[in-house]
Amino acid sequence: MSSTTESRAAAQPAASFGGMQARSSAALNDTVRVAVRNLDFFYGSNKALKGINFDLPDKQVTGMIGPSGCGKSTLLRVLNRMYSLYPGQKAVGEVVMDGKNILDPDVDINELRARVGMVFQKPTPFPMTIYENISFGVKLHERLSKPQMDERVEWALSRAALWGEVKDRLNTSAMGLSGGQQQRLCIARTIAVRPEVILFDEPTSALDPISTLKIEELIDELKRDFTIAIVTHNMQQAARCADQVAFFYLGELIEVAPAAQLFTAPKHQRTQEYITGRFG
Amino acid sequence: MSTTTLPALSPVKDMATARALGRRRKRADALLRWFCLAATALGLIFLASILATLLWRGLGALDWAVFTREFEPTTYGDPDAPRGGLAHAIVGSLIQTALGTLIGTPIGLLVGTYLAEYARGTALGNAVRFVSDVLLSAPSILIGLFVYQSVVLPMGGFSGWAGALALAIIVIPVVVRTTEDMLTLIPNTLREAVVGLGAPRWKMITLVAYRAALPGIVTGVLLAIARITGETAPLLLTSFGNSVLSTDLGRSMASLPIAIYQQANSGFPDLIAIAWAGALIITFGVLAINVVARLVLRARL
Repeated sequence: MSSTTESRAAAQPAASFGGMQARSSAALNDTVRVAVRNLDFFYGSNKALKGINFDLPDKQVTGMIGPSGCGKSTLLRVLNRMYSLYPGQKAVGEVVMDGKNILDPDVDINELRARVGMVFQKPTPFPMTIYENISFGVKLHERLSKPQMDERVEWALSRAALWGEVKDRLNTSAMGLSGGQQQRLCIARTIAVRPEVILFDEPTSALDPISTLKIEELIDELKRDFTIAIVTHNMQQAARCADQVAFFYLGELIEVAPAAQLFTAPKHQRTQEYITGRFG
Repeated sequence: MSTTTLPALSPVKDMATARALGRRRKRADALLRWFCLAATALGLIFLASILATLLWRGLGALDWAVFTREFEPTTYGDPDAPRGGLAHAIVGSLIQTALGTLIGTPIGLLVGTYLAEYARGTALGNAVRFVSDVLLSAPSILIGLFVYQSVVLPMGGFSGWAGALALAIIVIPVVVRTTEDMLTLIPNTLREAVVGLGAPRWKMITLVAYRAALPGIVTGVLLAIARITGETAPLLLTSFGNSVLSTDLGRSMASLPIAIYQQANSGFPDLIAIAWAGALIITFGVLAINVVARLVLRARL
């Protein structure tokens, strides 16, 4: 095992592969995994996020809702610094993980992305076999023997509820899977790296209702081990999946509350109007 | 007065007008279709005529000697005189084409990668793209002259190296263009997915983007090979030609296009026949490379 794996395992003692089940007993606590403080975000000179403050509670699902262009996806892309691929995009403020501001220039961006995984709107299988799709990310961060890798691939595909469907065709191209299967493959690929946080950017908006249901069940399952943030346009989905929901409007965080509270007794007029479908 | 009532829309349509419009649509459709078919037929006639002439004249002259023998002067119809062939030109063409492709492809690939992955929208990137496009459409005799000035004269003579270099310069812009186009076609979401796993940019490019763009890039390289296989002008000023089989890259080297050019111009029917055979070999050689590469690629994907 490489030294990075060991240091990560030390920082997160229970994040190892066999220990995942045991850790779930400690779930639903008040520990904050990611804290966003006074965050502004700019596309060039256009300010897309204004003074955002909020927390991702450890091993809970945070739903992010709001009309198109409100900044929810932008915020998600700050959490793994995906925005830094594009010149002209800039985040100012703090995003604190384990006492460290991940926006600091000295943060190793690849290590950060190994800790904060992301699943996208459209399934993005790599043009390789199913097995290689999973092992690709693992190989970036760990040196595993063939049997260890086999075990990891099976574990990740099982956790993503895909193993049974693909175990006999691991060495065929991932492009041959259905849309729903491809999205579960992308989830498996993300968890295979064993991140601490998983960001879902409208993960079901390109899928049929059955596949959507499967992904939602999966998210519910995954929160035992991972801290999850999910951007969605679908209020029912937020209500079904999320423990805490944040409502964004025009680049501002209007309200963040436990899901039951936000959907039944929102504090703000805007939230009330949005969740009752008066605008969107 | 505030509410205006629209006249009720009659459920009965004017069927005569509807039919007339339908007939007009059909006529326009038929007309366009016939234009398309006629244009296609015209193009195919030229192609078929060239191929038929090539097969007719080329196959008549094609025999084993073409592949095994070097250049011989005309026999003047004397059946006992030694018959010439194109072995020297085939070997020379293979060597120079292969070398030109080997030199030009990596450079073109890297420049195309730079344009698509690192220099999108930058002033330098736009300048490089413009220069590459100019090079793509530059007359190949200019490239021959350039290599003549910069390599042949300083080295003191024609050489296979100079020929391969001239061909490489023709390969580069073709590969640059296709590589950039194919990489640009890859959706950004795929790039983000790779980078999102914690992959550094160079791994994203080499391990995923190249794989996704591979069929297109290979097509570009094949196009480049097809193009340089038939180039005559740049070789005339660089490797010059040779009437004997030589694999020495330091000296002048024969090639099929130049052998065809010289023998077709000779005025002797037996040499002209050999030129036809050479033209047939080039055409089907390029065709074979394309077919084989496509089969290999299909098997791999």
